[in-house]
Amino acid sequence: MLVSDRGGVVMAGSGTAHMRNTVDSVLTVRDLTIEFRVAKDKIVKAVSGLSFDVIRGETLAIVGESGCGKTTLARAVLQLPPPNSGEVVLDGTDLTLLPKENLRSARTSMQMIFQDPISSLDPRMTVHQLIDEPLEIWDRGTRAERDERINNLLNNVGLEPELVLNRRSYEFSGGQCQRISIARALALDPRVLICDEPVSALDVSIQAQILNLLQDMKDQFGLTMVFISHDLAVVKAVSNRVMVMYLGKICEVAPPDVLYAKPAHHYTRALLDSVPIADPTRQKKTELLQGEPPSPMNPPSGCRFRTRCHAASVRCAEHEPELQEVAPGQFVACHHPIV
Amino acid sequence: MSSLLSIKNLGVNFDTARGSLEAVHGVDIEIPAGTSVGVVGESGSGKTVMCRAAMGLLQGSNVKRSGTVIFDGHELTAMSKEEVRNLFGSGMAMIFQDPMTALNPVRRIGSQLSEGLRVRLEMSKKDAMVRSKELLELVRIPNPTAVLNSFPYQLSGGMRQRVMIAIAIACNPKLLFADEPTTALDVTVQAQILQLLRELREDLKMSMVLVTHDLGVVAGNTDYVAVMYAGEVVEYAPTTKLFADMRMPYTEALLESIPKVDHKSGTRLAVIAGRLPNPTDRGAGCSFAPRCKYAQEKCHKEHPELKKDPDGHLYRCWYPIGVAL
Ligand SMILES: Nc1ncnc2c1ncn2[C@@H]1O[C@H](COP(=O)(O)OP(=O)(O)OP(=O)(O)O)[C@@H](O)[C@H]1O
Ligand SMILES: Nc1ncnc2c1ncn2[C@@H]1O[C@H](COP(=O)(O)OP(=O)(O)O)[C@@H](O)[C@H]1O
Ligand code: SF4
Ligand code: SF4
Ligand SMILES: [Mg+2]
Ligand SMILES: [Mg+2]
Repeated sequence: MLVSDRGGVVMAGSGTAHMRNTVDSVLTVRDLTIEFRVAKDKIVKAVSGLSFDVIRGETLAIVGESGCGKTTLARAVLQLPPPNSGEVVLDGTDLTLLPKENLRSARTSMQMIFQDPISSLDPRMTVHQLIDEPLEIWDRGTRAERDERINNLLNNVGLEPELVLNRRSYEFSGGQCQRISIARALALDPRVLICDEPVSALDVSIQAQILNLLQDMKDQFGLTMVFISHDLAVVKAVSNRVMVMYLGKICEVAPPDVLYAKPAHHYTRALLDSVPIADPTRQKKTELLQGEPPSPMNPPSGCRFRTRCHAASVRCAEHEPELQEVAPGQFVACHHPIV
Repeated sequence: MSSLLSIKNLGVNFDTARGSLEAVHGVDIEIPAGTSVGVVGESGSGKTVMCRAAMGLLQGSNVKRSGTVIFDGHELTAMSKEEVRNLFGSGMAMIFQDPMTALNPVRRIGSQLSEGLRVRLEMSKKDAMVRSKELLELVRIPNPTAVLNSFPYQLSGGMRQRVMIAIAIACNPKLLFADEPTTALDVTVQAQILQLLRELREDLKMSMVLVTHDLGVVAGNTDYVAVMYAGEVVEYAPTTKLFADMRMPYTEALLESIPKVDHKSGTRLAVIAGRLPNPTDRGAGCSFAPRCKYAQEKCHKEHPELKKDPDGHLYRCWYPIGVAL
């Protein structure tokens, strides 16, 4: 067992079999652990020994229930705050080793979009100021060049510059605010865009518009994306690879069509079964996932999902499962995977 | 089947600085006793206002309500605030999207839950606490004693919604209005809360109005569906009928825009381009015309009237799907 520099005991991760270790990897995260000390003897184990890589032009979806560590993971990738241990390699540079000043500029090539579109924009700033801010800080062009860039960005995200430039976030709907956030995130031409539940607060018809927009922006700006959600249905259309997380660890990684057709982890299966089906004649009669995830202060031994898993055995309590390839490109951390 | 709630030609106008805003217009719905009715539509389509008006809750000085609402033999639209309030609890009850706004953040769950029982049912302090614990068990809270002693912020979103449901069902209401009760929750918790509501409806013989923007939620949890657009109910039918044989282009577009797990990955989602019309300025024709792929000239000029199929299926459209003209 390792002891992290903040005093917590680092738990072993779920393995690295799914790592592709290719030169095309834009973002590589290795053995990332993030823990919060919330009281003298209480440590929240938010993310435990997690590894993944994202290849150029790919969209990696990260899916799991509320509290499983998705936001914490995304923020640690951006070093906000840095993880307790582990590597975050962006284009060959390990961000965890960079001095503060270099980190600031390295971070411009990785931007994040948040779940709550309205409150993530400063209500005192106009749309023009919101998008100009990063351009001004990083001294990207003359006033006229920046204004042209702002207009182009707004057009790209489907907003009419003349109609929106001088208005403030509270005058817009959730969907429009999310468009503004996307324009702002793209201002510095990032290579990686991390979207943390970008459509969870939007209603269905607006959700589809924003998902399509993100896909268009990805193609147009040549982005590599990490897309976080609690809903497997939402990520299917936009992802190339899906990683299912539970209590700070990986359960399963696979291409979407494989994962949805043949989930191998019992938790993936449960997540799929909880998506409502818009057809009254095809309602599932499956057992629902009961209860809520246990506290990350005291995660179960062995497989962290075992307290809610109907297939759990003695082995699941004693040994932690490691990721293994069960079909081409499909990796699962489970002692008794679904076959 | 007799109607528990009968809404006739309901309209709601708000006086605003920018003029009169027609939030709800010409709504006719019958809710048979013992059923669950879904109300679905985009954000801003008038779902919440319609429900609040139907409950007799909108009585401000800037509100103009028209039409009649009859609940369980009482004409709500003719009653005073006090009389309407007396119907709450045992007659109607409601739960909301964000339980945090309805719970007092600085009081323990036990005292909030038992207070209602003491006031409404004139229970003693001790009896009210015992009953509170029973209610938490009824909503399947695994550790009711601990939850009674908790503050709202100490509970997860799903647990808070269970507490709200416990408060709502405390006096055995006949009708529960559930306004987007699962929109703020994870899909897994959503599935649990919807299952709980199904079981409680059966056990307590309770009817329900379930407001949501997701037709997926409607499909497995309702007997009838009202689809709202720009303040109007544009389609109303039994749920199985609606999905098998929908009439409204809007309902079809709403259904197509849901991301589905059985879509092939990488396929582009269908979207409803544009957005709801400005509620202070609706124009003459069909409110959906600017976004409708079936729109013809007539749609931009004349507002479609309510039509009824022989089986009771209601819709507002000049060129309904599946009807030979
Ligand atoms: N008190 C009020 N004064 C003025 N306008 C109002 C008031 N309450 C609601 N409205 C307006 O009435 C319309 C319908 O709003 P409502 O809240 O019923 O929509 P909704 O369908 O419930 O949307 P959501 O899905 O976002 O909850 C909106 O245009 C809204 O801005
Ligand atoms: N600053 C913090 N201090 C203590 N605990 C935290 C902090 N940030 C997150 N956590 C905890 O870490 C876990 C993961 O949280 P989060 O990453 O927000 O989950 P998700 O985004 O998947 O919903 C949760 O148990 C959460 O309460
Ligand atoms: S079978 Fe065992 S290892 Fe697999 S998910 Fe269930 S508890 Fe975990
Ligand atoms: S009336 Fe015309 S515009 Fe309106 S929904 Fe029907 S076809 Fe579309
Ligand atoms: Mg989060
Ligand atoms: Mg509402």
